[in-house]
Order: sequence, then C-alpha cells, then structure tokens
Amino acid sequence: MSAPTLEVRNLRTHFFTRGGVVKAVDDVSFTVEAGKVMGLVGESGSGKTVTGFSILGLVDAPGRIAGGQILFKGRDLATLPEAEMRGLRGNRIAMIFQDPMMTLNPVLRIDTQMIETVLAHAKVSREEARQRSRDALGQVGIPSPDERLKAYPHQFSGGMRQRVAIAIALLHKPDVIVADEPTTALDVTIQGQILAEAQKLCAQFGTALVWITHDLSVVAGLADDIAVMYAGKVVESGPVTQVLDAPLHPYTLGLIGSVPSRNRRGEPLRQIPGMTPSLLNLPAGCAFRSRCPRAEPGCAEPPPMAEYRPGQHARCIHPHQEAVAA
Amino acid sequence: MSETLTALPATETLADPIIELRGVSKRFSKTLDFAGRIAKRLGANLREEVVHAVDGLDLTIRKGEVVGLVGESGCGKSTLGRMVAGIMPASEGSILWRGRDMKSLNAAETREAKLRTQMIFQDPYASLNPRLKVQEIVGEAPQFHGMAKRGEIGSYVDEQLRRAGLDPALKARYPHQFSGGQRQRIGIARALAVQPEFLVCDEAVAALDVSIQAQILNLFMKLRRELDLTYLFISHDLGVVEHLSDRVVIMYLGRVVEEAPAEEVFRRPNHPYTKALLAEVPRIEARKRAFAGVKGEIPSPLDPPSGCHFHPRCPFAFDRCRVERPALRPVGPAHRSACHLNDAA
Ligand SMILES: Nc1ncnc2c1ncn2[C@@H]1O[C@H](COP(=O)(O)OP(=O)(O)OP(=O)(O)O)[C@@H](O)[C@H]1O
Ligand SMILES: Nc1ncnc2c1ncn2[C@@H]1O[C@H](COP(=O)(O)OP(=O)(O)O)[C@@H](O)[C@H]1O
Ligand code: SF4
Ligand code: SF4
Ligand SMILES: [Mg+2]
Ligand SMILES: [Mg+2]
Repeated sequence: MSAPTLEVRNLRTHFFTRGGVVKAVDDVSFTVEAGKVMGLVGESGSGKTVTGFSILGLVDAPGRIAGGQILFKGRDLATLPEAEMRGLRGNRIAMIFQDPMMTLNPVLRIDTQMIETVLAHAKVSREEARQRSRDALGQVGIPSPDERLKAYPHQFSGGMRQRVAIAIALLHKPDVIVADEPTTALDVTIQGQILAEAQKLCAQFGTALVWITHDLSVVAGLADDIAVMYAGKVVESGPVTQVLDAPLHPYTLGLIGSVPSRNRRGEPLRQIPGMTPSLLNLPAGCAFRSRCPRAEPGCAEPPPMAEYRPGQHARCIHPHQEAVAA
Repeated sequence: MSETLTALPATETLADPIIELRGVSKRFSKTLDFAGRIAKRLGANLREEVVHAVDGLDLTIRKGEVVGLVGESGCGKSTLGRMVAGIMPASEGSILWRGRDMKSLNAAETREAKLRTQMIFQDPYASLNPRLKVQEIVGEAPQFHGMAKRGEIGSYVDEQLRRAGLDPALKARYPHQFSGGQRQRIGIARALAVQPEFLVCDEAVAALDVSIQAQILNLFMKLRRELDLTYLFISHDLGVVEHLSDRVVIMYLGRVVEEAPAEEVFRRPNHPYTKALLAEVPRIEARKRAFAGVKGEIPSPLDPPSGCHFHPRCPFAFDRCRVERPALRPVGPAHRSACHLNDAA
C-alpha cells in the first residue's frame, strides 16, 4: 500500500515566548488520503491555524516545530530544508487563509499575481500561464474571467476575493490544500458556493483537503473524517458520522450539544461550563478536567489517545462508550 | 417553561407595539475622499454616491417579543438596528415609540425612550472603554440617571454583574483582563443597569466560540423571562435565530422580503430568497451533502437592481420582477412576503 497523501504524526509546535512556552500544538495526529476531506475543528486558540502553518512550513520564530512528523507522500516536511519546502509550497501543497488578502497583493492586478504564481513552479510561456490563470478563475465560478484578470483585489467583493485566492491555490493542482476557515467571514449564500467548489476540487483532482473550521455543521456536510482539537491536542478523531453521532470525548459531546439545532427550540441550550484554559498555565493531566462532567481523580494524569472503536480515537480515560443520543 | 419562551401571543390579543417603523429609509451619501475630490476637480467623472441602506421599511415589534432579523452582509441590518435603538435618525418615514412619533417627544421623553432601549454589539471589546474598571463601566449610567443612590451604587453594580453571570469580585478589573465571553457579559450588565425594556442585539454572539455562545444565548433567554424584555436579535446565524426568536424578519438589500412566526418561516418559507438562504444553512445532521450556493453575488446597495432587488439571482424571475417592486403582502396568518409569484396564484 502506498503512503497516504498527508500524515501528521504527533506534531508539536511550540512558541518560546518571554512569558513561557506556549504549546500551541502539542500532539496532533491525523491522516488525509487523496480526494478526501479532513475537518479540523476546535474553538479559537485551540491550535488549528498553527497546525496549518506547520504543514506549510510557515511557522516563524519564536515558534518552531518541536517534535513529530509531517509526512507528505512519505517524505517528512518537518525536517525539510526551507529551499526544498519552497519548491513544494504553492505547488504541491497550498494554503487558503481566512483572510484572502493574506494571499492577494493589493497593489497588483490579478493577472500579474496569478501568472507569477504559475511561472514560479512551471516552465511554460507567459501566454500559457495566462491561459491557466483564466481557467482557474473560471473553475471557481468567477464570471467573465478574461475581464476579471485585469482587475485589482479591491474591485472584488469578499466572497469573490476568497474565490480568487482559491483559484490561486488551485493553479498547480496541488496534492494537499490546507483551508483555514475560508468561509467564516462570508455569508451562508456565498459559503455554499465555496463549499461546492471545494467538493468539486477533491473529486476532480484527488486533492487531499484539510478544512479548518470552528463550525461543526460545515464539517458535517463536507468532511469524511474529523479531528477535534482542544488546548493544542487532538482529543477525538475518526470518521465524521461516528464522531458526530457517537462522540467518545466529553468535549466533543459538549460541542455538539451546544449547537442550537441540536436543542428543542426555545429551551436552554446544553452548555459547557467554564471557559477554555490559557495555554500558558494548563492544568496537569487532562486539560478539559475543570469543565468535564465525567472527571474523576485519574484524570489528573495526562490521558493517552486510545482507539475505542475501529478508526475512532479519543484522549480520555472515561469516554462515552455507551450509545449516546447527542 | 418553553411556552413562555416561544409562544407568540394569539393574533386577537397582540401586545402593544413597543416600536413601529413606517416607511423608514436611511440613505448615506458616500462623500468623496480627498483623492476623489482632487480627481473630480481635475475633471474626473466622479459623483457622490448614495447608499440606500434601508429602503421604505415597515416593521412592528410588540412588547415581550423576540424578533430575529437576518440577511446577508450589507443588507442594512445594523442600520435598521441603530434606528430602532434611537441612536441614528431615519432619512425618511416615522419611528413610533409606544405609539408616539419619536420626533414629537420632548427632551425628557426622548431621553427616557433611549434609556429603555439598549444595544448590545458584536465586538464587546470595542464597545467597552478600556480605561474604566468594570464597576465604572456598569455603574456610570445608572448613577448619572439617578437609578441608584450614591451609597448603594456598589451593591447595585454587584446585582447587575451577578445577573449577567459575572462574579462581582472581579469588578475592579479592566476589560482586557476578561475573555470574549466575559466581556460580552460586561456589555450585557452595562445595558441591564439602566433597566431597559428592549434590547437590540447586533450579532451579539457572532464573535464567541460555540461553547461560550451557548452560555450567552441561555443568559439572554433567562433575562427575557426574568425581566420581561423585548428583543430585536440581529444575526446572520439562522440556527441561532431559529432557536430563540418568536418571529423572523428576512431582509434583502434594505427591504423586508418576508416576515413570519419563526416556525412558519423555517417550515414554510414563501420568498425565493428565504428558500435559497435556508437551503444553504449547514446542518450538523447532514452528511456529505452537495453544496450549491445561491447563484450570483450580493448586489451593491449603491446600485441596487430595479424592481424586485432579488431578480438577478432569482430562479423564478419574470418580466414584471425587473420593473415593479413587490409589496409585502399577507400569505398566511401573521406571515407576509414580498414576491410577485404570490399574485399569480
Ligand atoms: N455611516 C455610513 N456611511 C456610509 N455608508 C454606510 C454607513 N453605515 C452603513 N453604510 C452602508 O449601508 C449598507 C448597510 O449597512 P449595515 O451596516 O446596516 O449592513 P448589515 O446588514 O448590518 O451588514 P453586516 O451583516 O455586514 O453587519 C452597506 O452598504 C453599508 O456600506
Ligand atoms: N506567534 C505566536 N507567538 C506566541 N503564541 C502564538 C503565536 N501564534 C499563535 N500562538 C498561540 O497558539 C495558540 C493556538 O493558536 P491558533 O493556532 O491561531 O488557534 P486557532 O487557529 O485554533 O484559533 C493560541 O494560544 C495562540 O495565542
Ligand atoms: S480524561 Fe477525564 S477529565 Fe478528561 S475528558 Fe475524559 S473524563 Fe473528562
Ligand atoms: S418578485 Fe420575482 S424576482 Fe422577486 S423573488 Fe419573486 S419571483 Fe423572484
Ligand atoms: Mg485560526
Ligand atoms: Mg451589521
């Protein structure tokens, strides 16, 4: 069997700040096969973006990858020299950011930006590069792409800019795309368009897609697998249906329970008490302990990630193994 | 308990309106910036543009109701909310506070109406003065308006904080020392401190994490029961709106396109825009569904389409839609919709 497109193993990315070591990512593992979508979910500060940046080799000082592996078709990106990483980034592995202006240069026309991106990794003529750029815009549903190529980013709406950023990510038909909350700032009507493009993309080119979001409902409809992060760690992972219908980890169950549509209209929402802990002074043992209704003395020891059902892992010593109606 | 939260008063015994909007419009003229003025003087063909943020809108909110207001970005929700809260004047039309035109109120009455309506914003941090302690933020207005005696302001503030779910022991801290959810609670305590009847919540939970969002939504519902509050709840999150509204108002480009009791809107949407919107809401129950998206972009309010604003994106548009603005007409009990298709039947 050949290696999966992307396999993140026990990734640790820490920031060595003056206030102490921020363990932003502290034991994250997941696998994405070609043509599949992995939903990486968690609340703000749980380490999703830093995980994405680590995969792209974009973590800057005071941060660095402190452990683990990022295997891209079996090759470890965590230890790859920057020169080689540059050959992959934007080419075989691309990122879509929450703010499309992270990708777009406000003072350059769209065609300039796209053509440069094509020429950075492909030995083709300028004309061919323009043709590819045009096709990529068409692919993400931008009307009259020839005209649009001549526009500047500020002439587009937020949703269109995000689609241009996606088109740029697509230029080299990458094997892996990491999309970091690309629809969070958009209206549901436009979000629907972008999710449709994402689905088409995986199906057509066999791209392995990591879709980062805090919205469980988006993951439910889009992803094949899911990894739930809490305080820098993946606390539960597995196939979407299993994790959402029969969550093992009390945090996953709490998250699902607090989605309004999972509650009777007008009745109090089930809520997780307390708030997410600061990464600088995490309690010893399970980080969810102070908010967990199932906590027991044993939870003061760090719980290991364990496979409780085929393909479904949880970092909890006292998971919900009985069938729960979430 | 759930009756008191969701039941709409029977049509016969409607509560008195707390606020009514009649033909209300709000226009903003986008004045040219410095570069634009120079360019114009040099002969460039630039003119001051007018945004019709709210366009001839009627809306009634009755005492004790929770009205959810939804629509795409830029459709005029915040503008409408600010006019309802009395912090922005209308360009046209009248706004009635308990049956009386705001323009006819004297200074004391206007002040009273403004105090009774409080607004809660999306970004609690931006709306809290960073240099004031929580006790000052919450205590300032009630002290000024004489709602608590000098010696009792401390215990008055404690009560507001406790009601908003904050430990009064933290009242000597500054806003930056709190989490996002806690800051939203400070904003709520500050609003409650002037004893409002009506809260306008503009994306009040949008910036919060799911688990914290549930805590704040529960707080809003509890306060409604305890203090008999009326809400205009502005949100782009249809799941949230469905959960806590009695009635839902859907806006598109400055106009109301549909309004109905919440269950009715979600079960039997009438307007093609509402239907399209509901179809795109991601649902946690759905698995590997095909997304589609409403075709087209949100049009610019600078140059809205003629006739029915939705016609360039509407799959059912016909000739009349391009020329005539559809009126908001009854299509069922307490259910109104603005679509020409309803006339054909
Ligand atoms: N002070 C202002 N000056 C000029 N234009 C304005 C002003 N305030 C709002 N607008 C314009 O009025 C329209 C409606 O804006 P509004 O803020 O009410 O939208 P909204 O529905 O609240 O959007 P969102 O969901 O993004 O908050 C927009 O086109 C906006 O650009
Ligand atoms: N450059 C940095 N220096 C120090 N801490 C950082 C830096 N970047 C991110 N962090 C911290 O890492 C944690 C995870 O951040 P992030 O991955 O952005 O979260 P998410 O994307 O899940 O909201 C947070 O506590 C954040 O404050
Ligand atoms: S390990 Fe213990 S505290 Fe942590 S989630 Fe499981 S039961 Fe709760
Ligand atoms: S009036 Fe016409 S364009 Fe507007 S929603 Fe109805 S059918 Fe569509
Ligand atoms: Mg992030
Ligand atoms: Mg707004």
